Amino acid sequence: MSSIAMPEPNADILARAPHIVAALEAALPAGAVISSPEETRAYECDALTAYRCPPLAVVLPRTTEEVAVAMRICHVWSVPVVPRGAGTSLAGGALPTADSVVIGTMRLRDTLEIDTANRFIRVQTGVTNLSVSAELEAEGFFYAPDPSSQLACTIAGNIAMNSGGAHCLKYGVTTNNLLGVRMVMATGDIIEIGGPLLGTPGLDLLGLICGSEGQLAIVTEATLRIVPKPEGARPMLIGFDSAETAGECVARIIRSGLLPVAIEYMDDVCLRAVEAFVKAGYPNCAAVLIVEVEGSEAEIDHQIERIRSIAEELDPVEFRSSRTAEESLAIWKGRKSAFGAMGRLGDYLCLDGTVPVSRLPHTLKRIGELSKEYGLEVANVFHAGDGNMHPLILFNANAPGELERAEAFGADILRLCVDVGGCLTGEHGVGIEKRDLMTKQYTAEDMAIQMEIKDVFDPGWLLNPAKVFPLELSQAHRDAAARCP
Amino acid sequence: MPMRSNDSETDLAATVISPTNEAELAGFIAESYARTAPMCVVGGGTRLQPGTVAAAQTLTSRSLSGIVTYEPGALTLIARSGTPMEEIEAALASEQQAFAFEPMDHRVVLRVTGAPTVGGMVAGNVSGPRRVNAGACRDHLLGVRFVDGRGRIIKNGGRVMKNVTGLDLSKLLCGSHGTLGVLTEVALKTLPAAETQQTIAFHGISVGDATEIFARALATPYEVSGAAFRSGTAWLRIEGFSAQVDYRRERLSTLFRDRELEIVGEADSRNLWRGLRDLHHFSASSEPLWRILVKPSDAPAVVAALHALGGEVSLDWGGGLIWFQGSASGSAVRRAAGMGQAMLLRRGALCDCGSFPPEEPAIAQLSAALRRTFDPAGILNPGLMDK
Repeated sequence: MSSIAMPEPNADILARAPHIVAALEAALPAGAVISSPEETRAYECDALTAYRCPPLAVVLPRTTEEVAVAMRICHVWSVPVVPRGAGTSLAGGALPTADSVVIGTMRLRDTLEIDTANRFIRVQTGVTNLSVSAELEAEGFFYAPDPSSQLACTIAGNIAMNSGGAHCLKYGVTTNNLLGVRMVMATGDIIEIGGPLLGTPGLDLLGLICGSEGQLAIVTEATLRIVPKPEGARPMLIGFDSAETAGECVARIIRSGLLPVAIEYMDDVCLRAVEAFVKAGYPNCAAVLIVEVEGSEAEIDHQIERIRSIAEELDPVEFRSSRTAEESLAIWKGRKSAFGAMGRLGDYLCLDGTVPVSRLPHTLKRIGELSKEYGLEVANVFHAGDGNMHPLILFNANAPGELERAEAFGADILRLCVDVGGCLTGEHGVGIEKRDLMTKQYTAEDMAIQMEIKDVFDPGWLLNPAKVFPLELSQAHRDAAARCP
Repeated sequence: MPMRSNDSETDLAATVISPTNEAELAGFIAESYARTAPMCVVGGGTRLQPGTVAAAQTLTSRSLSGIVTYEPGALTLIARSGTPMEEIEAALASEQQAFAFEPMDHRVVLRVTGAPTVGGMVAGNVSGPRRVNAGACRDHLLGVRFVDGRGRIIKNGGRVMKNVTGLDLSKLLCGSHGTLGVLTEVALKTLPAAETQQTIAFHGISVGDATEIFARALATPYEVSGAAFRSGTAWLRIEGFSAQVDYRRERLSTLFRDRELEIVGEADSRNLWRGLRDLHHFSASSEPLWRILVKPSDAPAVVAALHALGGEVSLDWGGGLIWFQGSASGSAVRRAAGMGQAMLLRRGALCDCGSFPPEEPAIAQLSAALRRTFDPAGILNPGLMDK
């Protein structure tokens, strides 16, 4: 078994489970409540599959009002609620507990309003990230945040985790593209924050909700900022014979006044796996950068030439810029299939720490040393422009003790990220995975105020139990909540 | 103990406390918390009009000064909150960088002296014309350190672009105007400053024409970085490398070939946008000045309703921001704003309303509960945001 502890389920709730399910079924349309063990099993984990626990029941509402009805019942019965989007969280952000009800947003799939004159779209949050841009295709607009899971992940999950992606160097992450939400509070009350306006003069509650990992409310509708599609975009591939030089190239590009839309990094372990898998034609070297720029044809040429001259000062192994759509696809092909390629080598743990760009070379070197100490290979593929690293630790899940060793290695890497001035998670969230590392980044007082905010929104501590806040630190808050009627 | 003085230049309260480090600041707030002594929290005192917060003591962060780290290659600047904006802008300019959100300087329009600070900018979420495509101050804020109303020293966020470690208090502190805590250090994202700029001007047009021009221009891929209007003229700003700017100007000129337009060159363009940013056109009067956020397509109707009250307007953010100068009552202005959000920036002789628009009851309740969490004794800028 793995090392992350979950609290014991509440025996009273388990004993009352049939009544709770009956209350939910009575209040919601047929088919909205799932409670048979065969069916709830599909919700026993998210994409962090090492941890599993079927919930007491699953509710799949179609409207905000139905979410509110389910939430109110859980509130009245003091049942924990685990909000769930598409379940693509890599941090266990949607892991249920045996005494919880999962409320999923995946059936909230309506587009409510498209307003290109005022540059926003309003959707129910069960829509997938990619489908939002698809809705806008004909209008010449798109929704900018592009998490790698965008084909599957929902806007609800994006808001919960403040998701980003390869292109957020230029366009920002979810919080920079979210204008308003309609959400259901722990009590079942429905409230709205923000809207199509560019801000509100009061406290920025929207900023607090975004990235709160289902700790404060369930967001059912979102008003999203949309941006015009660029005229064109083209990538280039730059290979280096050392990680340090590749890191230096990233810093020099950024410092030059250019603002590429993406700067991606892949190391040699990853390159070898990718070549064996998709034969992308990448050079055999220590590190490859994929840099994408956008604009008109002339603008793109201008930027590529500037990046070429920056890269050439650093004596690259290869510099290849795309001239055609096929060449662009070829350059991106290896990067896009990197996670699949790594999967062929065995099991892996995908980490998500962020470091200041200037500390990338040091961090990569230290990860290499740790890899030798732990005797586990690690591959690095990440968004270099913003220092968001995704070391992949390779291990054999069938070998006793290897998962635990991989987890310990991963924790050391995340501590390293904090030590060099970065943070524990850039885009995947804390969930259960990084919960017990929070005290590495934050003091007891830093954590106290966050938990006091949780008290304000969710006095019963029913929303997404045992995530984000270390169990020991949050014990007093949870005890106090349990004593409240 | 923190420095105390009777300060003639900051006429906000009798006693001015100016701690020189975070621990001293925390000690002072803890002591004020214990004796429930309210304070007016300011940076350089340039954003808050004198007399807005009634408190016997003023706490200023201006002695918490200095740039802690500036890494141009990582697009990151960390500074203590009292650092003057002038110092920060000079450091950024030396690396051809800037804050993309183009923070406004309130001194001209509020007729105050003093040095705007980076902490004041963050506390006010102060953003200028480029907000229309670059986002607001809060979108470029990476992390904060602050002292809450009990004297606890708290940090949140960090110095990296992407960070989802725990609840995002940085956004909450940004725009909280000192009511949740006193900022001691802020980390901000910097961006390359544009090499050059040009502006396209459309003269002799109505507010309706202007918002239509803005909507069309902002739907193009030409990254229009300013869209403002006043006195019958609308302006579109284009920034970037010089070849890029020429190309985009040509494309936009073609798009609007049915209209008469004038091209404003780089130097005049820079002056023009500085004046628009700092509202030079509303500096001569001391009448009440309102900042009204609306849906851009609602701007023509709201402007018509405001005109009916007398006074003058200008638009920014593609019509999403209306500035209104006039002596109408607060309730009349808020009625005219309709679904918009009207905030009183310069009070003038107005005394019938709070600066901030009233909130929906559920939001007001949450905001009040958050303020109690951060500041249980209600000593930080009391009454500023919660009237």
